[in-house]
Amino acid sequence: MHPIIKLVVQRIALGLLLLLAVSVVIFLGVEMLPGDTAQAILGQSATAESLANLRESLGLNQNAPTRYFKWLGHALQGDLGKALTNQQDIAHAIGQRLGNTLFLAVCAGVIAVPLAIALGLIAARYNGRWPDKVISGVTLATISLPEFVAAYFVIYLLTQVIPILQPVSMVFPGMGFFEKLHAVALPVIVLVMVVLAHMMRMTRAAILNVMQSAYIETAELKGLSPMQVIWRHALPNAVAPIISVVVINLAYLVVGVVVVEVVFSYNALGQYLVDHVAKRDLPVVQAVGIIFAAVYIGLNILADLIGIIANPRLRHPK
Amino acid sequence: MRIPLSALIGLVMTGAFVLAALFAPWIAPYPIDAAVGKVWEGPSQQFWLGTDTIGRDILSRLIYGGSVTIFVALVSSLLSFGMGAFFGFLAATRGGWIDTGLSRLVDLMMAVPSLIVALVVLSVLPLNLTVLILVMGVLDSTRVFRLSRAVAADIAVMDYVEAAKLRGERQGWIIFREILPNAMSPLVAEFGMRFIFAVLFISTLSFLGLGIQPPLSDWGGMVRENKDGLVYGKAAALMPALAIAVLAISVNLVADWILQRTSSLKGGRGG
Amino acid sequence: MSSELNHLLSLASAGKMSRREFVGRAGALGVSTAVAGTMLSTAVFADTPVKGGLLRAGMQGGESTNTLDPALAASDVPFMINSTWGETLVDVELNGTLGLRVAEEVSSNADATQWMFKIRKGVEYHNGATLTAEDVVATLKRHTDDKAQSGAQGIVKGITDMKAEGDMVTLTLAAGNADLPFLMADYHLIIQPGGGVDNPAAGIGSGAYKVVEHEPGVRTAFEKHANYWDSSRGHADQVEILTINDNTARTAAIQAGQIHLMNRIDPKIVELLKGNSDVAIERAAGPGHYVFIMRCNAAPFDNNDLRMALKMSVNRQEMVDKILGGMGSRGNDFPINAAYPLFDDSIPQRELDAAAAADFYKKSGHDGSPILLQVAPGAFPGAVEAAQLFQASANAAGIPLQVKLEPDDGYWSNVWNVAPFCASYWGGRPVQDQMYSTAYLSTAEWNDTAFKDAHFDEVMIAARGELDPAKRKGMYSEMANILRDNGGLICPMFNDWVEGRRNEVGGWIANPAGTLMNGKALSMCWLNA
Repeated sequence: MHPIIKLVVQRIALGLLLLLAVSVVIFLGVEMLPGDTAQAILGQSATAESLANLRESLGLNQNAPTRYFKWLGHALQGDLGKALTNQQDIAHAIGQRLGNTLFLAVCAGVIAVPLAIALGLIAARYNGRWPDKVISGVTLATISLPEFVAAYFVIYLLTQVIPILQPVSMVFPGMGFFEKLHAVALPVIVLVMVVLAHMMRMTRAAILNVMQSAYIETAELKGLSPMQVIWRHALPNAVAPIISVVVINLAYLVVGVVVVEVVFSYNALGQYLVDHVAKRDLPVVQAVGIIFAAVYIGLNILADLIGIIANPRLRHPK
Repeated sequence: MRIPLSALIGLVMTGAFVLAALFAPWIAPYPIDAAVGKVWEGPSQQFWLGTDTIGRDILSRLIYGGSVTIFVALVSSLLSFGMGAFFGFLAATRGGWIDTGLSRLVDLMMAVPSLIVALVVLSVLPLNLTVLILVMGVLDSTRVFRLSRAVAADIAVMDYVEAAKLRGERQGWIIFREILPNAMSPLVAEFGMRFIFAVLFISTLSFLGLGIQPPLSDWGGMVRENKDGLVYGKAAALMPALAIAVLAISVNLVADWILQRTSSLKGGRGG
Repeated sequence: MSSELNHLLSLASAGKMSRREFVGRAGALGVSTAVAGTMLSTAVFADTPVKGGLLRAGMQGGESTNTLDPALAASDVPFMINSTWGETLVDVELNGTLGLRVAEEVSSNADATQWMFKIRKGVEYHNGATLTAEDVVATLKRHTDDKAQSGAQGIVKGITDMKAEGDMVTLTLAAGNADLPFLMADYHLIIQPGGGVDNPAAGIGSGAYKVVEHEPGVRTAFEKHANYWDSSRGHADQVEILTINDNTARTAAIQAGQIHLMNRIDPKIVELLKGNSDVAIERAAGPGHYVFIMRCNAAPFDNNDLRMALKMSVNRQEMVDKILGGMGSRGNDFPINAAYPLFDDSIPQRELDAAAAADFYKKSGHDGSPILLQVAPGAFPGAVEAAQLFQASANAAGIPLQVKLEPDDGYWSNVWNVAPFCASYWGGRPVQDQMYSTAYLSTAEWNDTAFKDAHFDEVMIAARGELDPAKRKGMYSEMANILRDNGGLICPMFNDWVEGRRNEVGGWIANPAGTLMNGKALSMCWLNA
């Protein structure tokens, strides 16, 4: 077997084990949190009696290991169960929301990643001159804004001053593709603003780091234009740090955008997880947690793989 | 050594922030907790940056809040870099089961939602600055680990590192003398970013309840306190946001300068 | 009313003059803004409803964990959703009187121990079945029996027997309660087919609209219930409730016309929003209040002098101005205000008095160690800021009050009703007895101030069976004074409902009993073309 394929198989197998570990950690974590689902549902109107009744009907009276292994048994057969809080079918609810999460992440990623890398290359090409300074200044200013401020800013600009978009971004099954695009335009703009700087700064730094190497000098002596040198010779050698930062930001776009979801009332996984953590609704937290974990683990495998493929010395280990 | 103008600006601004933070009680025109004006007054002679959501002087709160903001962000970023870079380099140079163990541990840490981690910490540990810094440092170190390991893996297979290994140099020597100088640029750039993320992360954790206690507030928290007036032309939230932006740009100007110097350290041209 | 005012009113209600313009010109005639607003609402109501269209409300207070089971409703969005598809026996109308819904007649025996509800004929559920007296009893039983998981369980405990005979439901109580019908207006007690025992979250009721789509925490879509019994309600063809938890986004959405009605306008931006000619701000003074609660059985709050010291050191006016943006009124350390029938407005208003506070503090003999006030952002809107104002004014009086920020997560289970001193809120109840017996009776389930006073309890029980309003008012006044001077409640402010309505929405009637016309805004309003 080719060593790279072997590596991938190994990593995926390890990844599955990790997912199991994640499910244990999440279970223990939520168990450690004060309060339980019954208390969270009844809230201020809880009485000792109604609490006891609700606990019994939710099956919270069983001990922790029993509940975990019951959950695991069902989950391994593909049955994610029902939410404790409202008896909603978890697989169904998650299916919809996962689609929305990925839609938003893909829209933002498709714009942000190429843009950030292009800007990073330009900044590196004009290192220290005005294009570099403008790009750095603007992108740094946009990430210094907390996400919700960036969100309010675009709401103000694009729904009040120039009313071309709508502040509420919820999407529903049955909406057309372009209708959905229009709905998510504002959150996409905000997310692009938020992730741009990090990837752009890393691209710039990584390129500058390799620009001092001997082979770049050779390439320049060959008479290649500065952009050609950067594109053909510097970029391939700077892939590892760029890709690891790109992956961290892609993971963020899937997993970490709850603030943006809340501001724009976008019905995706982040808000769903936060609501159910607040209610200690373990089956839902487990399901979403596993999805998020799979995203991290999968993207990390991808990053390592690209890093290896991009570097001939790693590709053919001695 | 000639310091370029941009770096000088960065150094002066960063220095000014740190000094203002250190001497807050002497500089701030008003106490941090006194409601001295009306709600959301605009900038005036009396209140240079206006007043906040319950009529406290924003400038004074910025000055007091600056110390805790910069201190927590700086210490936690240093912590995350110390841990992340060290283990990342170690994993890349040693390879084998150390690499696998550390990398998969990091995968696990990244994979558990940080909301749950934060809430568990909240319910188990006492709430103080040390815990806040530790939580931020450890959570962020996973990202630094990923980056350092990726960069170091590329460097570790270079001829000069192979040569050093064949020479029989010790692990520490290889990490600090061979890998670190060559990995410096991306790490410095990352540090500039992580520092800003840390500034914003404090306010997220404070909002969850794990963090700064009132009346003290970090800058991100001040933005949050005043956010509701933002769309209606009340600039109170913009003042701390602006402070964060200026701090971000200053720190990164300095980072750029260090980056220039480190990439020329390697003895290429123009060094 | 002057003829000019009448003329203005007709112009405004016909939509030929903006609300803002009307209020301005009425003001020139010497009519206060609040009065002018009410006049206009009434005039608009007198207007002919327009049928059809899609009416949308955007609301704070919904989560993806919500269910359609009325027993488990606890926040604004589920309350509104349930009020739109379901109906209770009776409800509370705008002036605090009882409105008849599923019940068309309510009567009692002389000592108020037995209550009869005559069930309206021809009320049809969305599934085509007819609502019966048996359904009513089954519903009440579901909320009261030992297996119940209902938020209304505490409310209906005093009922010893329920009977359905023909179209008559008879409830028998252990002790007389003149206010029992108001208990039946509780939003949990929506009448469901078969009591909702088989499928409590089916969302099938007898309300003006039936649920078509329901995504918890996101959107609930309804369409008109064709056979709804009350022709004065249900004007729009379709209605929708969107959960928009972010204040700024919700306000932007109503300005942009994406929604027609919204709850909870941040009071601080009301002044700023008045510049908008499309959105009217609807304000109603209700029974809801924000509180700091001391547990009377926990040191150092077991000392009444210390409690008094803290009560005297609150700057109530400052809190009303800064936390409520003026959209509210000062509290007087008992949970009742003018929104309740039989309120005694002669009880003097408690003011900030630093000197008296210092005296009480000295008298209490407190050791000077920090007094911790635990608070979370979600305790009530502006809770952390209010606590800091409290801290500043208390410190100025020499009381070492210190604010401790707690996480929102788990606040209601870990801090509220547990910690000796914390922030909280009450939404209020339709009648005084219900408010007092919910939280201030010695044995009350949610006695969050751990207040125990035998005499207070006696007066309360006596007042319940007292059918003479004048005598009852005197008894309530005595209870208010006991609580004000001995209780663990610090009530600095009552918060008004501040809600938004686009000008094309007709039929709005302010109802302080609950959010968005006590949950009926979508059923009673219409869209002017």
